[in-house]
Order: sequence, then C-alpha cells, then structure tokens
Amino acid sequence: MTARQTLRRPTLHRASLPAADDFEIWRDIARRLIRADMPPECVVWESPADQRADLFASRDAFLPEPPVSAQQPRATRAFLQLAQSAVLHIDPERFSLLYRLLWRLQSNHRLMDDKADEDVRRVEDLARQVRRDIHKMRAFVRFRVVEEPEGERYVAWFEPEHHILRANAAFFVRRFTSMHWSILTPRGSIHWDGEALHEGPPAARTDARSGDPVEALWGKYYSSIFNPARLKVGAMLKEMPRKYWKNMPEAALIPELIAGAQAREARMVDAGAQDFGDRPKSLVEVGDAIVACRRCAIGCNGTSAVMGEGPTDPVLMIVGEQPGDQEELQGRPFVGPAGQVLHAHLSGAGIAAGRAYVTNAVKHFKFVPQGKRRLHQTPTAGEIDTCRWWIESERALLRPRIVLALGASAARSLLGKTVSVQSERGKPRTLDDGSELWIATHPSYLLRLEGDSRVLEERKFINDLRSVAMRLSQLS
Amino acid sequence: MSRTDIMGRLEILADAAKYDASCASSGTVKRSSKGGKGIGSTEGMGICHAYAPDGRCISLLKILLTNHCVFDCHYCINRKSSNTRRARFTPQEVVDLTLSFYRRNYIEGLFLSSGIVKSSSHTMEQLIEVSRILREEHDFRGYIHLKTIPEADPELVARAGLYADRVSINVELPTVAGLTRLAPDKSAPQIEGAMGTLKTAIVEAKDARKRFRNAPRFAPAGQSTQMIVGADAATDSDIVGRASALYGQFGLRRVYYSAFSPIPDASAVLPLKRPPLMREHRLYQSDWLMRFYGYAPHEVQQAAGADGMLPLDMDPKLAWALQFRADFPVDVNRAPRERLLRVPGLGVRAVNAILAARRQRRLRLDDVGKLTVSLGKVRPFIVAEDWRPVLLTDRADLQSMIAPRRSEQLELFAS
Repeated sequence: MTARQTLRRPTLHRASLPAADDFEIWRDIARRLIRADMPPECVVWESPADQRADLFASRDAFLPEPPVSAQQPRATRAFLQLAQSAVLHIDPERFSLLYRLLWRLQSNHRLMDDKADEDVRRVEDLARQVRRDIHKMRAFVRFRVVEEPEGERYVAWFEPEHHILRANAAFFVRRFTSMHWSILTPRGSIHWDGEALHEGPPAARTDARSGDPVEALWGKYYSSIFNPARLKVGAMLKEMPRKYWKNMPEAALIPELIAGAQAREARMVDAGAQDFGDRPKSLVEVGDAIVACRRCAIGCNGTSAVMGEGPTDPVLMIVGEQPGDQEELQGRPFVGPAGQVLHAHLSGAGIAAGRAYVTNAVKHFKFVPQGKRRLHQTPTAGEIDTCRWWIESERALLRPRIVLALGASAARSLLGKTVSVQSERGKPRTLDDGSELWIATHPSYLLRLEGDSRVLEERKFINDLRSVAMRLSQLS
Repeated sequence: MSRTDIMGRLEILADAAKYDASCASSGTVKRSSKGGKGIGSTEGMGICHAYAPDGRCISLLKILLTNHCVFDCHYCINRKSSNTRRARFTPQEVVDLTLSFYRRNYIEGLFLSSGIVKSSSHTMEQLIEVSRILREEHDFRGYIHLKTIPEADPELVARAGLYADRVSINVELPTVAGLTRLAPDKSAPQIEGAMGTLKTAIVEAKDARKRFRNAPRFAPAGQSTQMIVGADAATDSDIVGRASALYGQFGLRRVYYSAFSPIPDASAVLPLKRPPLMREHRLYQSDWLMRFYGYAPHEVQQAAGADGMLPLDMDPKLAWALQFRADFPVDVNRAPRERLLRVPGLGVRAVNAILAARRQRRLRLDDVGKLTVSLGKVRPFIVAEDWRPVLLTDRADLQSMIAPRRSEQLELFAS
C-alpha cells in the first residue's frame, strides 16, 4: 500500500452500479480499483435503488485506469461466497464495506478466518440476513391460479426485504419447470413461461388476483394439523414473523386458533376436570410441577413459572399476586419495583426479609403485549382458584405460623373468596391449619399512587407490617 | 366428490395426523423438475412452509389415508375402541390434494400414514399406490415420507422405499413392557424385524448405486422412527439408551420424541397427567449431543439425575458440565475441537469460528463473546487470553448463577 496521507483531501472516485444486485459488475469495478491501488476511503459506491444524494458528487472523479503492470487482486473463496450474498442486502453501505474487506484482504490473506473482526462479522451478518430472506421467500411465496387464454398461470405477490428476486428465480424454475408462473414484488417481477425467464416492472399487490378456492382447503389443513394442547406462540413467531403474514392466506386463521385453544383449556377448567393427583412431597416437586402446569390460560402463555423462595422453616410466609415482568425474567419472586418497595418497608418494620418465605398466589405471569413491553394483567378469580393447589402445597410443606397476603388476589387465594383488603387489613384471621392470616395492600398499589394519598397508604402499609412484626416477636 | 366433502375429510384426517412428530423434508438427494413432465424439486435441505401456533413447522402435507383402525393401541386416538369421527381418502384424492398444494408452494411434499384397515398388507398397498401414482403418473419430484406398517408383508415394506424419500416405522414406546401393555396388537420383534428389512434394503441399494449408475434409489433420506414419551414409566435414561441402540442397530437418521398428548376420549390405562413438553425438548437436546457433539449415550445418561430423568430447568449439556467440573475450564486458545464442543453455550458454529479465529491470534474473552450468543453461560467454563474463571467453576451456586432463567420454547424438528 502506498502512503497517501500527504494528500489533504483525497479525490473521491464514484463507482456507479447499474443494478442493486449485480455482483459481477461490482467485482469488475472492485478489481480495477484494487489494481489502481485505490484505498476504500477514496471510493463512493452507488446504485440506482439506493438513491443516495451524494454531497461530493459534482467533484467526483471517474474511475482510475490501473497501470498495466498491476497485479491481479486476490480474494479467497470464503470472501467471494459471502460477498455474493451480502451484495443483495438493502444496506447502502454494503458495496463500500465489501470493498474495504477486499482491500484489507490484499495484505492479510487470512482475514476471513478472523470471525471476531468487525468487518468480517458485519459482512457475515449481511450475508446471513440475505440467506434468511431467500429461504423465507422460498417458503412463504403463495401462488394463486389465474386462468389465461394460454392456460393456467400461477401468480404470487411477495415482498422480499432485500434484492433477492433475481437471485432466487432459479429455485422456482427448478421446482416448477412445467408450470407458467409469475412472482410480483414491489421492486420488480419475474415471469416463467416454461421455457425462459422474463423480468418485468415493479407490481402492486392488487395485480395478484385473489380467490383461489384451494386456499380454503389449505386453511382447513393448517387449522387441523395444529395441536391446541401445545400452544407455543413464541416459537411460531420466531420462525414466521408477522411481517410475512399479510401475504399468507393461512395466517389469517392464527388469531382464531390461538383464541380457540385457550377456550378449550378454559372449558376443561370449568368442567372441573382438574385432577392434580397427590400433594407434592417437596418444594422441588412443587417447583417442577408448576413449570409443567397448563391448567389455566396463564400457564399456557409460554412464560416461565416462578417458584416461591426462602427458608424451609419460616415463621412468616408472604404471598403476592403473581410474578411480574422482572420476576418472570429472573425466575424469582418480588425482585421488580414492587419487590423493592416491599423489602424497604420490611426492613423498616424490623422484619428480616431473609427469614420469610416469599411466594405468589399465581405462578405464571399474565400480561398483554404492547410493543416490546409486557403489561401486567390481573388474574381472574378462576385462575387464582386453579393455582390455589400450589400455594396450598407450599403451605402444607412449610407450615408457617403467619401468612401475610398482599392484595386482593393473594387474599382470595388463601380464603377461597374475594374480600375487601381495606376492611380486612390490620386484624388477623385464623386459617384452617391454625395459622394466622394478615392482609395488607400489594406494594404495587403504593407505586401507582401519588402525593398525599401515597403518603397515607404508605403509612397504613407500614402499620400493617409493624403489627405483623409484633406478632412475630411474640411467637419467637 | 364435492370440495366441501373433501374439506370435511381433510379436517378429520389431518387432525388425526397431528400427533406425528416428524414433518422433516430434508436429507434426500437433489432433484429438480427440469427435463420432466411433472413438478417438484428437493435440494437436500427441507423448507418449512408455515408454522402452526403450536410452534411446529409445516413442511409436508401430513395426513392419514384413513383413521379407521382394527388395532386398539391405548395411546392412539384412532384405536378401534375410540369414539372419534372416521373418514378415509382414496389414493387418487390424496394425490390430487398433494399436487394442488404443491403447485401453490404450500408444501414440500407428502407425509402419509394410515390406520390399519382390512389387513396390514392391504393398508400398506394403498400407501404405496399413492406414492406410485405421484411418481409414475405425475412425475412428482417432491418429497415423500411413508409411514410403513411393520405388520405388513416385508416385500411391501421394502417396496415403499422405491417411491419414498424417507420411510419410518414407529417403535411407539421406549420399553417392551410399555408396548405390551399399551399396544396389545403390536410386537417389538415385528417392529424391529421391519426396521431391519428396511436397513438391509437401504444398504443394498446404496451398494448397488456404487456399481451401477442407474440402480434404483431406495429411501435416500433413510429411515426414522417415533416414540411416545410419558405414557409409560420409562425414564429419560431408558429412552436415551433405547434411541442410541436404534441409531446403531438400524442406522436410523432420526428418532422423534412425541410427548404423550392428552387425547379426547382417552383410554383409562393412560396416565391422567401429561408429561411436560420440556421433557420432550430435553430429549431432543440429548439427541443432538449424541449426533453432533460426540457424547456417548452413557454420558448423556450421566447428565440425568438419580431418578434417570434429565433436569427440566437446564439443558443436558450444562447438566453434564456441572457434574464433571473437573473437565473444565477449557482453554479456547489450545483445546481440541472435542473439548470445546463440551463447553455449555458453545454450539458447533461457535466452535468452528473459534478454531478459525485462533489461527490468527490469541482470543480474549471479548472475542469469544462476539462468536457466541450466551457469554454468561460460557464464561465459567473457559480460559481465554485475559480470562481465568478460578473461582466460578468451584462455586457451589454455579448452577443457579448460569442456569437459564427462561425456558426454551424452540423445538428441534429439523433433521
């Protein structure tokens, strides 16, 4: 490499590509630039689809003529394979990134092996995204039959993310050689007449007619092959993201199938068909069983169950409502914002948090997704009642003398009926096994209040905890 | 036949097939429809054309020819004594459905199974007839997976492989005792006999191809099997042992596990509780350890607890590593491939990347982080240029520190 640092500002050379996906032309230009010893920072790459307004365009020079004696550039097979895929990516930086890598490859022939190198990783990443897009197009193109004078034509509308249409055409030719077909996309179209491929202009979704009667049969197959006892929406979304749904006829059925599956579970619950078998013999058994529990819709929503935690011979058991977002992620009760409020007040009241067993009335996290967030939803009475089996199993194993229920859901879980927290707080009730139940508000309630009402409620909460602390000191 | 009538039967016969775990369409020879009269291609790797809300891939049209059955296997929704709706397709109807779905790019091909009607051999003939019409009359070059019937004439079982890419015979249950109790009409020797017939035919066809270019191909994607998990008392350890014996004995491509599913109108012999789906997932993971990570069956069994069950809260590779901490940490800059593959959190791809990158220079922890998705899991088990986990590997609470907090929901159905 020659030292070019002496130049104040390097002359920019503009490399224009006629198409967004033409690897051969990119390679020819790149070869010429390497032979002309042109460093990457001196080349601006552009193609029509990228539509980049280049500030320096007017001052740009055209491509340099390499000296005749210049050596042929070298590229490894690994580079060429990656580059052929990566060049199809929509990222406007791909051409310059590939050129920079090719430039660096001239002085370091083994660069492609360094998988931790930033440029190598970036190109691999682009290539991977392109390969996935190609694969998803092969999977999710849906043809519809159109009657034409010359016979049947199979027409599909598809929206690829990258410039893969031409690169992927050969696959459809190999598969559907004897059919006449067209694939229409927003960036162009291809047509096969059984003999040759033709490229056409961009199309609109309405150009692919709807109303293929076989779609109804396919929908029936799709709904029937789905096993509602194994709902795993997350696994489905991972492989079939929503962006593809709008062009797949079967995807319209998904909401109904998911809703129907939960209704089936719910019917089982209502029918009283719940058989929990024998009481678990250890907390570990409870922990394992709640992981597998699918007796209500919350248990079926794909979240991880959260087991209670604490000493195995606690005097005090604290019961919350259900794990929240943080609790579900960490697999531990009361580690989120409400948990922090609780722990602060416990120590304020003189209760050693480490000596209490902390758990929840409901073992899975109920939520509605909103963008990337999961918004907490209160469990229904039916769901709390279903989950009672587990909290009762924990109580039977731990035999705490005092149970502190935080909030209405926890109170329902322990009493089997809904009571008013405000009127029941501050006084103990005796449970069937002789232990004392104390009821207080849930700390998340405090978090929702502001100003004076928060101060007031916090004071009541502290009083409740102090009463419990006093009972604890009498018992020990 | 009217379309609504076809639809009604499709609903019944697809519903009856949903307990089959396999939908794989990979591992066969490359074919295209160029130069032919029909359609279809296979390119080695199968394509999942859709995913159902149960997270499973839909690659093939998976249906039963009929769900009438003269057998009375307790775990099966189609057993004689079950009160389920019955229907059947003619071979031609299945062919028409397959082709109209295939032409619209909905599927990679057909996975055909059937209840036993009249006799096992009669049923097998019907299955073969479907694939014969597809291949011979329509020059169909897509994927065909036939579920063969072990009780049928061995000649027929062997003929199936001439049309199909893959053939499978279900071992049904991991133990002979389970089979005797839950599938009174089936016999373990018969199932294994049929598997043996297929193995011989596959091996012979491969051998013939070496000598004669035009020797017919026979089930180029090999044979697979499925066993039901959780319907009998077999432990994970039993299942792993059984699966590895089957791989070795019959050269199987895949063993599929199907968690026993609560079926409508369940037989009273079955357990009331279904096994956790996670159990099925852990078994697939252990299968991968044996097929791609060089674990011997007894090593996977070591990852199981004293009760013979794999832990549900962590994958078997991590469970094994926690049991054998003395084998760690592994130096990413020196260790051979086999030892790197033992590191929890390092997959085959990450190991290949490490091997390639370390020829360039010595790797730091940060470099390893760029090559793997879960550095947190890997860290306690490796030594890197700037990293030595002296304390971590000996910590008593290591398991709770790195055990995955969220349960995996992925299933490994690709083959």
